[in-house]
Order: sequence, then structure tokens, then C-alpha cells
Amino acid sequence: MELITEGLIQIAQTALVLALAPGLTGLVRWVKARLLRRRGTPILQVYSDFARLLRKKVVVAHNASWLFRLVPYLVFNAVWTAASLVPTFSTQLLFAPAADLIALIALLSSARFGLALGALDIGTSFGGLGASREMMIASLAEPAMLMIVFTVSLFAGTTHLPAVAEYMSQHQAFLQVSVLLAAIAMVIVSLAETARIPVDNPATHLELTMVHEAMVLEYSGRHLALIEAAGSLKLVLYLSLFCCLFVPWGIAHQAATPLDILAGLGIWVIKLAVGAVLLAVLETCLAKMRLFRLADLLGGGFLFGLLSVILMFVFGSL
Amino acid sequence: MLGFVLWGVLAEGLFGVVAVAGRRVTSIGTVIYGGCLAVSLSVALTAVLFLVQGGAPANDALILPIGLPWLHAHFRLDVLSAFFLFVVGLGGAAVSLFALGHSRHPNKHYPDPTRILPFYPLFLAAMTLVLVADDAFVFLFSWEFMSLSSWLLVLANHREKGNADAAFIYLVMAGIGTVALLFAFGLLAGVEGHYAFSAMRGAPHTVALATAVLLLALIGAGGKAGIVPLHIWLPLAHPSAPSWVSALMSGVMTKVAVYGFIRLTFDLVGPGQWWWGGLVMAIGGVTAVMGVLKALMQHDLKRLLAYHTVENIGIIFIALGLALAFGANHRPALAALALTAALLHVFNHSVFKSLLFIGSGAVLWATGNRNMERQGGLIHRMPGTALAFLLGSAAISALPPLNGFVSEWLLLQGLLFGPQLPQWPMKMEIPIVAAMLALSAALAATCFVKAFGIVFLGRPRTPEAAQAPETDRYSLTAMFFLAGLCVLVGILPAPILDLIEPAVRLLSGETMAGAEGTNWLWLVPVDAARSSYSGLAMLVLTALAAVTLSLLIRRYLSHGVRRSAAWDCGFPDDSPSSQYTASSFAQPIRRVFGTALLAAREEVTMPEPGDTSPARFEVRLTDYAWNWFYRPPGRLVLSLAEWTSVMQRQSIRRYLGFMFATLIILLMVGMSWN
Repeated sequence: MELITEGLIQIAQTALVLALAPGLTGLVRWVKARLLRRRGTPILQVYSDFARLLRKKVVVAHNASWLFRLVPYLVFNAVWTAASLVPTFSTQLLFAPAADLIALIALLSSARFGLALGALDIGTSFGGLGASREMMIASLAEPAMLMIVFTVSLFAGTTHLPAVAEYMSQHQAFLQVSVLLAAIAMVIVSLAETARIPVDNPATHLELTMVHEAMVLEYSGRHLALIEAAGSLKLVLYLSLFCCLFVPWGIAHQAATPLDILAGLGIWVIKLAVGAVLLAVLETCLAKMRLFRLADLLGGGFLFGLLSVILMFVFGSL
Repeated sequence: MLGFVLWGVLAEGLFGVVAVAGRRVTSIGTVIYGGCLAVSLSVALTAVLFLVQGGAPANDALILPIGLPWLHAHFRLDVLSAFFLFVVGLGGAAVSLFALGHSRHPNKHYPDPTRILPFYPLFLAAMTLVLVADDAFVFLFSWEFMSLSSWLLVLANHREKGNADAAFIYLVMAGIGTVALLFAFGLLAGVEGHYAFSAMRGAPHTVALATAVLLLALIGAGGKAGIVPLHIWLPLAHPSAPSWVSALMSGVMTKVAVYGFIRLTFDLVGPGQWWWGGLVMAIGGVTAVMGVLKALMQHDLKRLLAYHTVENIGIIFIALGLALAFGANHRPALAALALTAALLHVFNHSVFKSLLFIGSGAVLWATGNRNMERQGGLIHRMPGTALAFLLGSAAISALPPLNGFVSEWLLLQGLLFGPQLPQWPMKMEIPIVAAMLALSAALAATCFVKAFGIVFLGRPRTPEAAQAPETDRYSLTAMFFLAGLCVLVGILPAPILDLIEPAVRLLSGETMAGAEGTNWLWLVPVDAARSSYSGLAMLVLTALAAVTLSLLIRRYLSHGVRRSAAWDCGFPDDSPSSQYTASSFAQPIRRVFGTALLAAREEVTMPEPGDTSPARFEVRLTDYAWNWFYRPPGRLVLSLAEWTSVMQRQSIRRYLGFMFATLIILLMVGMSWN
């Protein structure tokens, strides 16, 4: 019985993260436009964009290799798998034991590894530029993320995500100094990982500012759709992960009634929407940073993370 | 079983003689490498058999009446040496297969085979012999033999620029290391001079003596493995040898060094102090970060790989330090977890580093160049090599679901138990070391995006790269064998963990909680509620989704591709030199980390306006290890030599005066003695 419930919830979650991802991206875009007193495209526009891209034929450069065509599937599915393993509305996920928090982060680096190689495959200067910058940002953001993982895992005594979520919701995690520091670090890392301002600008195609967009310049049609969808999924993933680690209230736990699960679903959607609005406000208030200023920002995030881990190590729980 | 291993060593020794005797025979390479392949494979199988039988309660031991007249040679096979024999045998077999393939098509880029063939089997034999040695004399003899045979192999290409210097530095460092080990064994043997390991193991050692042994082991065995600051020889010597020897040196010989360190500190010295762990971990952390940063700055493919060996040795030493700290604090189960991580990483690194080095050998053979800036687009010309190299790159970058991730994941799980150590310095140190580990893993991924991306992707930068031929079937088989192991151990680590388990039990008295049992699918280091990982589940999940998705999209939405010119923002540039190079790829990292840690200085010389001379851009990197640890003693030795050389420039009268004075002094000494 439990297996069936877990399986059903796993399927629902896998489908839901995918279904909601474009909507979330659309929401951020719409709020940003409204904040700038533009009318903005409808939120559902992103869905039709994906439908259009998916129907289009792919144009590939003459010298593209098999790796170039494999990468979109690899990236999309790695991110999708990762997103479906984060407890969003229920902790009862069938496949949650397959990957703990550390493996989840590593799965995202696999996706990034693939994307950077795809960018280098055609041999254009833009691809190299994007890949080089992306890997630089990742090599700063990833250790910071691991420090956050360490803090919450030490606090909860486990790296198993559903267990972390349950522990966090039962204890006053937000009162802990170290957890608070980790949350600040997580905001910085999430901005970097989802390629948002001030790290990257998802709305420009100017070569001086772009990182992620430079990498996917050569992709088109269904390949581009998959990569963009992976980007949207990553946004859902990081918002959900943030909620699961630091604001875990409302997530249905073991032995939850169907009503609890429905309530958890509603609360999750509300959390995502609030997160999207906050992100849009943040992005509107900030300017894009110069590339080499990012080292300061991400290094700051890393130091916040390190500080929180040291606090956690030395004082047990402060 | 020990007898079988020793027969294998003897056979390899004979191959060395055969190689000299049959140097005129054309197919001698096939015979030698084929023989080494067979012997290595059977040694590996013997080791597996030994381990599967649980190491047999009665250990294999043998005393042969050879060696020094008053000291018989002791040999013994226990579970620890059996595990390392497995690693050496497996690596040796794969590398010999590659060498077999390469010996069949002579190439102008390779040195004369007669300079390699006699020493290659001897090198393998020496490494095997180190692992079964059971007294200090046999150990040091085979250790030195290992150093010297590999030194001769580094010199195989002695006419190439820099190789002779690399070999000289290697020889000096190997000498220092052996001296350190000699002292370590001397201290352990005590005044009575019990050189057999069994006597050393039983004898009580004071803390001061044990600490001295640890430090000497760090210099001797650690230096051979390549810990900072003793790593300087490694990135010079490893790439200078022929590629398959580089693979052996980086993939296998450094593991023999790790074995030496484990044997000394975990087995012979006895229970350790908690701060040993702190020291070893700190060295490991610094080694990992500096190794990968230096690797990122290289544009010689083989040197890049050699620096990565330094990084991975750092990771292994972090795990060993953690095991020492847990062991000293009587947490045997956690020490077992850290040791499992260390030994699994030993295995993993030997697999993917051998793979990457022979892959670089295939590239070198195909394009005649080690410089990454002169490659590009090889994925089209060498699809098999590219796929194997890609898998190795992903594995060494610790990406799931490959094997490198499993060992680093286990190590991180071990580090998460750090708060259980009661000492305050350790509580401060472990988070910092964990951060260094995370940083080095992230930088390793960057480094291998660079290595694979610049060499195999993009457009060919030279005509040689555009015409590169795919390597032969033997070499491809060797590469795919190792790449297959990377995948297999990544998704199903249980069989390898079963082989590691007896050694871990021997050293820590415990075993990793999840290592035994019937659960082959899930990796559970301590407790299923705490953490678990299944590469297979993840792979199946992702692959299933990928296949379904691509089928659905192709069936219902769009299929087929149209080929066209690259888009490149509307201004595609035909010249391949417009691509990113290895140096430009690493430039952001160099600016962020290099300025402080490598003292990177960039110098741009722009000609005056109107001047047609080319602009110059120079990057200078400094290795602090050279400046701090090698230049001062070097200067001291030189100035001492200068000072004493005054004695050599005197007239004959002065020399006569010296002799007279010496005579007088001796007479006076002799008189006062009476």
C-alpha cells in the first residue's frame, strides 16, 4: 500500500514539476515586466513557445558531432530527475533513496558538464566563452552549495532529503544562526545556478553579459526547447529545494491523509509563486554584475556557507 | 597463492632479459607486452581469488633464503596487499594491452623500443614485489628498484627537451624518499634490528618514535605519491615517459606509494594520535586544491593529467587522515567508512587515470603533439578514443553515475561525521578540508571540460589534428575495458566494496556498515535513514526518461536535422584560431584563483600605434613549493660548494701545507687520546 502511495506521489511529482516549470518562468517574466510598467507577455506564453520550438526542425552546424545532439537529452533528463527527487508537496517519494542531497547536487553538475561540452562542440568563440564562464561560476557556486548541504545535513543528522525536510519542519530551524547563514548562501548560489541577475541575464543576447545564453547559441528546435525547459526546471528545483530546506511547512509527511497531500500541493504552488515574485523584485532591483565581480559575490556565498558549517561543527547547533 | 605471485614476478624479470636478448626480433614488443598482460591479469585474478576467500585465516607467508646473507627474504600476502595487487594487476593488464597495440605500429614520435622493452616488465615486477614484501629489506630493495626502473623509462625519450632534467629531479626526489623510508624502518626496527614486519608490528613504539615514523612515511611514501610540497617531480617525470608508462606511473605506481603509507602508518606503527589525522588531512586538502589548480593552467595534455594525479592523491590522503583521526578516537566503524572511501578512490583513480593517460597516448600517436592548443575536433576522427576519454573525464570529475562520484560521496559522508571527533582543532579543520574537497571537485570538472572540449571538440586547429587516424583495436579494447569499469563500478559498487572490505577490517577492526549484506543496488554507508545512493536507479531513471522522451518527440513533434553553417551570432569565422583555446578557457579561473595561489602575472606588450610588430601576451605562474622548499636548500648547497671549492684552487705549496697541518693535528689527537 505504502509502495503504491509512494509510487503515485513520485509520478505526480515528476509530472507536476515539468508541468509547472514553464508557468513559473512565465510568472517571473510577467512580474518583471509589470514592475517595469510594461504590460508583459501572458504567463502561458512560455508553454506555446515550447510547443512551437518542439515542432520545429533542428538546424545543426556541419561539424557538429554526436555529442552535440546527445547533450540536450542528457541535460534535460538529469535536471528533470533531480527535480523529481526534491520533496515538494510530500516527502513520500519512491526514488528519494536513490540520490541524497549530495548526489542531487552532483547530478546537476553532470548536466552542466554536458552543456559546457555541447557549447564547445561547434568550435565557435561564443560557445567557448559561455562554457568557460559557466564553469568558472560553477566552480565557485558548487563548493558553496556543498557547504549549505553540509550545514543542513549536520543539523538534521542526515543527507536523505525527505528526512531533512521532516526534521526541519519539526524543529525551529530558522532560529539557528548557522541555518540562517546557510539560507543567505543558498539565495546567492541559487541566483548563480539558475542564471539570474546579478550573475547572468536571462533576457539578453549581448555577448558581454551572457553566460548561459552564449552556450546555447547554436541550439535550435527541439534541442533548444529541451535546454530551455531544463533551465525552467532548474528554477523550480532551486525554489523547491530552498522551500524544502528552509521553509518546509506544509509538506505532507509519512502517514499523511490525501487531504494533507492536497493541502501540501496547494502550499507548494503558493510558495513557488511567492518565490517567483520575490525573484522578479530582486532581479528588478539589482544590476548585472561584471564577470570578475562575481568572484566576490559567490566567494561571499561560499564564506557564509563555510561559516555556517564551522558554527555547526563547533557548537553542535547554534 | 603467494607462490604464484612470486612466479609472476620472476616471469616479468625474465621478460626483461628476453627483451634484451631478442632486441633484434621485430615482434619482440608483442611477446613482451603480451607476456606482461598475461602475468598482470593472472596476478589480479589471484588477488581476487584470495580476497573472495576472505583472506584465508592462515595468511600466505614465505621465507626465501635470498638477499642479505644473515637475513632471509620475507614475503607475505595479506588482504591489504592483495587488494593493491588487484589494483596493480588490473592497471598493468590494461596498460600492457594498450602497449601491445602500440608496439605493432612503430611511430616516429616514440622512442626506440629497445629503451623501453627491457625496463617495462621490470617496473611491473618491482611494483608487485613491493606489495608482497614482508621485511624492510625486501620492501626497500623493491621500492628502489621500482624507482630506478621507472627512472630509466622516463629517460627513454632522453633527447627530447626537458626530459633529462625531469629524470634528474625524479631521481633526486626518489633518493630522498628512499632515505626517509630507510630511517622510518630503522626507527621501527629498533636497536636490535628486527627487520621483519611481523617483529615491527608487535613491538611497542613510543609516541615520539611513532610520530617520527609518520613524518618519514609522509616524506618517503607521500613524496612518491605526490603530496604537496613533494609533488614537484611528478608533473615533470610522468608526462616525459612514453604514454603507457605514464599511465602506469600515474595510475598504478602512486597507488603502490599509498600502499607504503598505509602499511607503515596503519599497520606497522600501531595506534595513532588524533592529530596525525589532522596533519594528513591538511596535507591532503592543500594537495587536492593546488593539484587541480595547477592542472587547470596546463596546456600540455599529459602534464595536465599528471597534475590531476596530485589532486586525486590529495583526496586519498584526506580520506586516510580522516580514518586516522577516527581510529585514534576509537570510532572504528567511522574509520572503516573513511578507509573504504580511500581504498575505493585508490581503485577508481587507477582505473580512470590509466584510461586518460592511454587516451592521451592515442592522441599523441595520432597527432604527434601533446599540446592541447594544436588539437581540436578529434571526436570526428577518433570516435572510439573520444567516447572512452569522455567517460574517463566524467569519472575523474566525480560526476554521477560514474565511479569517481561514489568514492567522493563516501568521503563526504565520512566528513559529515566529523562532529563526533572530540578535539577542537579537528572540529575547525574538517569543515575547511570539506570545503577544499568541494572546491577541488568543482575545479576538476572545469579542468576536464577544458581537456576534453579543447582536444576532442571544436574544429581542428592544425592539419595534423584534421588528419588524425583512429587508434588500433588493441588500444581501443584497453580503453573501453577501463571505461566500462568506470561505468560499472559507478552503478554497482558492491563487488569492489566486497574486495575492499577485508582490508578495511584488517586496518580498522570494523567494516563499513553497508558493505556487507545482500544489498547490491543501494550504497548505504551507515544507516539507510541517514543516507543512501544508487547509481543504477539514477541511471535507469534518467535513461528511461531520456529514451521515452526522445521517442515521443521524434514520433509526434519533430524529427530529422538540417545541416547548415554554424550560426555564431550571424558572423561565423572560418579560421579555427577564432575558437577558445585551452589558455583562454582557463583564464577566468586564473584570474579568480591564480593571482593569489599561483602568483599568476599577466604581461601584455602592445606595439606602438603604427608599429607592425605583433603584440605579446605572457602569463607567468609561480609554484610556491619551488620557492619555499627547494630554492633555499638548493642555494645553501650551492653556496657551501662554492665555499669549499676554495680548497680546490690552491697552489701546490698550500696543499703541502694542508697535508702537514693535517698530520700535525692527527698526531696531536693521537697523543691526547693516549
